[in-house]
Amino acid sequence: MPVSGWIVVDDFYCKGCELCIEACPEDVLELDMDRLTPKGYHPVKMIEETCTGCGICAIVCPDAAITVYREKPVKQARR
Amino acid sequence: MVSTTAEVVYQRPESFTDVHTHYCPGCTHGIAHRLIAEVIDEMGLREKTIGVAPVGCSVFAYKYFKMDFVEAPHGRAPAMATGIKRVLPENTVFTYQGDGDLASIGMAEIMHAAARGENITVIFINNAIYGMTGGQMAPTTLPGMKTTSSPFGRDVELTGHPIRMAEILAIMDGSGYIVRRSLHNAANIRKSKKAIRLAFEAQERGLGFSMVELLSSCPTNWKISVRDSMEFIADKMIPVFPLGDYKVSPSLEGLKV
Repeated sequence: MPVSGWIVVDDFYCKGCELCIEACPEDVLELDMDRLTPKGYHPVKMIEETCTGCGICAIVCPDAAITVYREKPVKQARR
Repeated sequence: MVSTTAEVVYQRPESFTDVHTHYCPGCTHGIAHRLIAEVIDEMGLREKTIGVAPVGCSVFAYKYFKMDFVEAPHGRAPAMATGIKRVLPENTVFTYQGDGDLASIGMAEIMHAAARGENITVIFINNAIYGMTGGQMAPTTLPGMKTTSSPFGRDVELTGHPIRMAEILAIMDGSGYIVRRSLHNAANIRKSKKAIRLAFEAQERGLGFSMVELLSSCPTNWKISVRDSMEFIADKMIPVFPLGDYKVSPSLEGLKV
């Protein structure tokens, strides 16, 4: 099973600088041209489900607007 | 079917306040702020850290960190940090300065703080331009680079050559950790964070003056896109300001962070 993850972008902080879009190795990010943040920028959104949760978008984000999550298998107790 | 649970890979550091920064979109000041906040969180230093904010674009740095902060007169952050550290030696003291603040008006303060071996940490943001005042030529402006006060490109015959602060401060006997890093891509941002961590470790161990120079972008005043500004750092700035460790105290060698 491939590792899957997702990000949550906080519109309050995102300035639409596109650094994360450039950096994303899976190319799953894009500016959301249908929405504006309170400061008047187009925020980033995920456009594909192939995010691996690597966290590179968060590492390059100047405004710490991105929270990165990853699915982690729960180990079953042995019987 | 394997059951899964959500694991947080990255979240906003605790040392950040919940306010919107005033920096332009894509400005690497935000990245530098974030790395400092992450390092302070990791080392558990927040309750005893005192930051010194400069004059420049980062003049409002005190609004963005959840810790004690003072605002210094232009260029005098190392002098102020010296006083704070000498009165409160148990506290962690760092200054956050840009190139106009540190390498121009504050040149005397930074040189003497390093020569005295003051046990403080300096985070130096080098973006080769004066950002806040509208993109004038800075001491670190590259030869031939166009700014509002050198519209035909910096003429080294007339205005001199860029100053390489890391190299200068590394020859001071009082310095313990002097390195130059860049913030233009994820790999270099990770290295920068390690360097900031080591600089704070140097201060905790009392190894003397520590400075991390970070090559940064200024897309607004360079008048190029955010993507091009990252390429500008890699292609134009790094050849003039080579990345590397200019002085690492032997006590820090082999320290895993």
